[in-house]
This record gives sequence, C-alpha cells and structure tokens, in this order.
Amino acid sequence: MKLFRNILDSVKPHFEKGGKLEKLYPAYDAFATFLFVPGHTPHSGTHIRDGIDLKRTMITVLGALFPALFFGMWNIGQLHFNAIGAEYTNIDAFLFGLLKMAPMIIVSYGVGLTIEFGFAVQRGHQVNEGYLVTGMLIPMIMPVDVPLWMVAVSVAFAVIIGKEVFGGTGMNILNPALTARAFLFFAYPTYMSGDKVWIHTGGEATVNGFSGATPLGDLANNVPLDMSMIGSFFYGDIPGSMGETSTLAILIGAAILLATGIGSWRTMISVFVGGYLMALLLNVLAGPESTNELMKTPAHVHLLLGGFAFGAVFMATDPVTAAQTDKGKIIVGFLIGVFAILVRVVNPAYPEGMMMAILLMNVFAPLVDHYVVEANIKRRLNRVKK
Amino acid sequence: MSKEIRLRKGLTINLVGEASKAYGNIKEDHKFVVKPTDFHGLTPKLKVKVGDTVKAGSVLFFDKYSDQVNFCSPVSGTVTEVTRGAKRRILEVEIASDGDMTYESYPKAMAGDLSREEIISHMLAGGVWPFIKQKPYDIIANPADTPKAIFISAFKSSPLCIDNNFAMEGTDELFQKGLDFITKLTEGTTHLTVSGNKGAASVFTNAKGVQINKIKGRHPAGNVGIQIHHIDPINKGDIVWHIAPQDVLVIGRLFSEGKYDVSRVVCLAGSQVENPQYYRTIAGARVSNMLENNVKAGTNRYISGDVLTGKRIEADGHLGFYDTEVTVLPEGDEPEFLGWMKPGFDKFSVSKTFLTYLTPNKKFALNTNMHGEERAYVMSGHYEKVLPMDIFPVHLIKAIMVEDVELMENLGIYEVAPEDFALCEFVCTSKVNVQDLIRHGLDVVRKETS
Repeated sequence: MKLFRNILDSVKPHFEKGGKLEKLYPAYDAFATFLFVPGHTPHSGTHIRDGIDLKRTMITVLGALFPALFFGMWNIGQLHFNAIGAEYTNIDAFLFGLLKMAPMIIVSYGVGLTIEFGFAVQRGHQVNEGYLVTGMLIPMIMPVDVPLWMVAVSVAFAVIIGKEVFGGTGMNILNPALTARAFLFFAYPTYMSGDKVWIHTGGEATVNGFSGATPLGDLANNVPLDMSMIGSFFYGDIPGSMGETSTLAILIGAAILLATGIGSWRTMISVFVGGYLMALLLNVLAGPESTNELMKTPAHVHLLLGGFAFGAVFMATDPVTAAQTDKGKIIVGFLIGVFAILVRVVNPAYPEGMMMAILLMNVFAPLVDHYVVEANIKRRLNRVKK
Repeated sequence: MSKEIRLRKGLTINLVGEASKAYGNIKEDHKFVVKPTDFHGLTPKLKVKVGDTVKAGSVLFFDKYSDQVNFCSPVSGTVTEVTRGAKRRILEVEIASDGDMTYESYPKAMAGDLSREEIISHMLAGGVWPFIKQKPYDIIANPADTPKAIFISAFKSSPLCIDNNFAMEGTDELFQKGLDFITKLTEGTTHLTVSGNKGAASVFTNAKGVQINKIKGRHPAGNVGIQIHHIDPINKGDIVWHIAPQDVLVIGRLFSEGKYDVSRVVCLAGSQVENPQYYRTIAGARVSNMLENNVKAGTNRYISGDVLTGKRIEADGHLGFYDTEVTVLPEGDEPEFLGWMKPGFDKFSVSKTFLTYLTPNKKFALNTNMHGEERAYVMSGHYEKVLPMDIFPVHLIKAIMVEDVELMENLGIYEVAPEDFALCEFVCTSKVNVQDLIRHGLDVVRKETS
C-alpha cells in the first residue's frame, strides 16, 4: 500500500492545477480515493463525521446483490445443461453462467464508467459511485442471450439520457438500470421477451418437451399454473432475467440492505403489500370460474414470479429516484406494487409489469413528495391560526 | 403548566475522553482575547486602541449597527494587540492582564426596583447583553424587540459536553438572581428546560418565576432550538430569546456585585486529553494552561466548544465567548488504504454498515477524518432520524441552496439554528456541510426580510 501511495503521490502534480493533465483531475481523484480514503478533515462544522460515505453505501448494496448474482450464474448453467440434456455438476453450471455473465458485467462497467468519467472530466466534478451498483444491476435484469453490443448501447442510453442529461448522480428522475432495460425492451423486443431468450441453448438440440418460456410467459398464454412448482418459484431454478429468478437469494439481499439500514424498509414492505393486495383483489374479481390464468394466480405466487421481488428490493429502493419523504416512500412503494400486478395481469402485451410500474412511479415520486411537504407547510401555517 | 417532552429521534455518540467530575488547578494566565467572530453578523467598532489600559468590564468595542450593545474586557490590564484579517476585519482584541482584576463598577440593583427598560439599559451598559441570543437567525438579541418567550436549556446533550448539574453546583442563589432579571424581559413565559434522562440539580429544580419543562431523549434534546420547537414553536414574525445557564450567573453577578465577571466553568474533554476534567476559568482565557502536560502526543485538533459545533483553535488559542467546553481530538489527516471496504472495527456509523454496530456501548476515539468526499445527495431519510423536529431537513437545505426565501420560510427556516443540524452534518453520507448551509440560509432570509 506504501507502493500505491507513492505512485499516487508521484503522479499527482501532473493532475493538479497547472499540471499537464489538469483536466483529468477527476479521473485521478476517482482512482486515488478508490485506493485511499482521503485524509480530508472538516474546516468548519462538526469536527467528527460518520464513517459512512457513498463508496461504503454502494459496496454494501453490491454485497447485497451477490447472493442473487451467484445464484443467477448457477441458474444460467443449470438451465442450459438441462435444456440440452447434458450431465453436469453444480460447479460446471456455475462456471458456465460465470462465463456467460462476466462479459456482460465487464461491458456494462466498461461502457458506463467510461461515460461517467468523461462527464466528470468535462464538468470538472468528482466521479460519483452510483454506477458501481447500476453497472451490476443492468446485466442482472437482462436475458442471458442478449448480445453484448446491445448491453453496451443500453448502458450508454441509460447513463447519458437517464442520468447525465439531468445533471448526473443524485439528479436523475428515472432509475438508470431500468432505463437501460426499458430501452432494450422497446428497441429490440424480440431479444427481451418471448420464450427463446431466457435459456442459452447455443443452437444445440434440446430435450423433448423443452420450453424456454418463463412461468409468467406461460401464465400470460393461459397455460394453467402448476402449483407443485411453487418451490422452484421461490428458490429460483426457473427461466428469467439473469439475476432475478431466486426470491430466496433476493430476500437474503433484502436482509442485508435492511440490517445495514441502507435500503428503505418502508419502500420494500409497501411494494410487497401493494402487490399482494392488488393480486388478491384481482383474484376476487376473477372468481372461481375464470379462465384468465394470470388473474386467478394466488397473490403470494405473484410475489414470487418475474422481477417483482428483485424490483421491490433493489430497484424501488433506489434512494435517488424513490420518494424522499418517509410517507412518500410508503405511498410510492404501495403504488409500485399495485401497478406492477395490474400491468402484469391486465395488459397482455407485457407479461411483466415491475419495470413499467417502477419507472412510472419514479416519475410520480416527486409529486407525491410535493404533497407530503405541502402538508407539513400547512401544519406550520395552521399553528399561527390557533 | 410545565411540559414533558419525549424525543424518539436523535443520536448518542459515545466518545472516549469524558471529563471526570473534578476540578483541575491552573495557573493564572495573562493573555486574554475577545473575538468579534464569536458573534455572528457583528460589525465591531473599536473603542480602545493598542496600549490603552482597561478594567474588567471596560468596553472594548460595540456593534456598529446597534451601538448600545457593548463588548467588554474580561480582565483588567492593557490592550496589547488587535488582530485583523481580510478587509481589515477585526478578528481578535488581545488584553494582557495586570493580575489585579480591578472591575469597572456598575450599579447594583434588585429586580423589583427596575423596570424592563432599566434592566435592559443596565445589561447593555454592563456588557452582558451579548449573552442574550435570539431566534430566528441565531444572533445576539435586538434590545428593541419584545420576545414572546425566553428559553433556557439547563443541560447540554452533545458528545463530551459539560454537565451543568456539576458545573453549577452551589450557585442556586446567583442563578435565581439572574433569573429574576431575565424573566422581566418578556411578557410571556420564561422556560427552563431540564433533562428528563438524568434529572436536574437543585439549582434548576428550585428556580422560581420560570416554567420548568422536562425533555427526554438523545442529543439534540439539550439544544434550545429543539426545546422551543416542541414547547412554543416560532412562527414567522415571532421572536424568542434564549440564554445559557452559566451566562445567567454573569447577569446575576452584574446586578448583585456590580461587576462584569465572566468567570466560568469549562470542561476539558476528548480522547487526546490525558486527564479530562473541569476547570474554573474566564471567557476569553488561553486554553494552553489547561493543556500543559495534559495532551497526548500526535497531531491534535483543538476545539473551543463541543465536537459538533465548536470552533477550531490553535493549541495556544482562546476560549470562545459562549463556549463551555474545550475538546482535543486526534486529527484524521492520514489517508486510509481501502478504508471504505474494511469491516470497520473502529468506525462509528449510524448506518449499520460497519461491524462496530454489534457493540453499541463501545466508546470511540474518533478522529477528524471526513471518511469520504463531498457528493451530490443520494441517500434519503438519514437526516430525519437525527432531527427531532417536524421539518423536512433535505427539502429545507435544497431551498437554501437555491436561495428561495419563501420556500425556506414555509419549510421552517425561522425555527432552526446551525447547531440543530449538526447531527445531520455528522451522519451525512454525501458529506455536505449542513451547518454552513443553514447559516447561509438564515443570513439570506435575514437580509431579504430586513
């Protein structure tokens, strides 16, 4: 570490004011502060500070993503080998998934961070850490067979249009990771939905009776729900986007986020409650005679399927795009749950509604906050009248 | 009609180096200063020049825009230096004490014999007026105003702060004397708020002519601003005055002994102090006497005041006008290799992202490191947990950033002071200087509305 310090100190003069590479200072700063928490001390204000910073926050979120990520890697391999009827061990499955996913993660970070650094240098501000999480989320919500160039294009779109045009980290309205997914979803729908994209077959012959459809896709096509599969829905050895199938792994992540106080319990719980109640309402409306499979799917199964849990735990809780007030978080979270199920069940064009619901409520979150804050202002004014 | 308040929000920061309940002895020092910078927004006009002889209580300078407000010398001696900063702004007026302590004599009085106006003019003349502060704006009170209430917080709750129950032991009579005058300054109530956690000494519980309230909870329960918010909140146009308990004694002494005597008890604390304890000293005294042979080796930060709101001073700096603590912390100016990734056995955090949260009673020897760089606001909900007020802190701060006066008013700028937001600054993930921003907001509103 002495070595790193010496290298950093020796190149520092080039990046400082008057140096040859003065403009690249934000890039230097990003590397320097990555390696060393700087020895900055406050000039004014409190003389001691909490140990947490954005880097610590983001690394904690990454840690919470790992269970779902590693499970996703195994799941990719497992689905592949089962599809082609090959013998495999769990290690094989994991390595297969790792090799499929690693390039996407590298592309996601490579493209995203390059753009972030570019904007930081151009604007002369520090590189924000937010992309550490976004860059990992993006591959996790993509189907396994999505081409690398599409990942690159969607990342570029998400970072530039979703974030930087609004002023960068902390100013964006839409969740960048979901912006990337929504972009691909509408630009290249054939790569993002259907029953061909979720399991990598690599053109090899598949076993008899193979179907690459996700459980939700099946339901949308009115294939009756197989309740004996509910264990799989929970553990997650089912087709789906790469990192979002295992409700169990996601709940472990949720536990980490809640225990560390990084994720908002208000948002998480209210999303699940909203989704559950909406599904229950649709169950009642459907009645026992209904032939609409999605509508009569039991409420708790709805919460296990698709991206619902992943969205509730990792997307709806994004602190920048969620509501900023405690009450707002509950309202927005609840509505995300409601809309996710509503879109999923009522709109046959989109078998999954979580992405749409979160993006929609991202847009409305400031409005909800506005009314919560207005109520506070009114309370203050009423005090005078009393 | 005393009130009992229970706060659920707040934060206790357990720090190493709490002062033991004993008085240390220090030799008398001869260098004292009065710092006009202790009084926010003051434009001082000097009344003395270098070489003048002064008594304790002689006027050194006064407020250019409110010329009755005098600032006096804490000791008798000679004015030796006037330190000026940028634009010839006066930073310090230094007095070399002659060791005799001769006092300027002021008339003694009983509270019953004086009208409100007479009390005010006595206080102005005797140099004790600056101890009366006002909200909104957190500045010295304007003697022309009539406050709707006066607040005294009997205790402080910040980390390593002074314990007034100990520091004011045996001052019952003097405290009551001061209160007799202070209560006459308002037609409303004078509130004395004591801690509901650890109880209050007789000096407070026996106080007469005031409404005694109890407040229970963690820091910032002891902040007068929090107490005002819960007892009698400030609306637009309201003015509330407040004063610290030890300063009540100064006013008591002015009227009972006829002299300007700013001696006070301070607590020396912090992890870098060998033997943290209490001292009897005088406002404006040099702190180096207390620190001699009493500070651990290393690069230290010396603070006049507490760790959250105090001012940074040099090792031979001076005690501020209002301060009752001197704190010494280790500087945290060493870069830490991958510090943000470590498990964190030595880091304190409100978030539970460091392993230390498993040992909630551990005491920390925190240094002054920022633990990160300033960033845009990303996280939400953390300020709210440590600000026990019905105020949206981040919305207020954003209103201040864009200098929207009307929005600031609506969101409660009149109720806040920088010290109330010190914990927000402490917990901030984005390392925003919240106290500076609040001060800026107050300045903007004050300028805009005056």
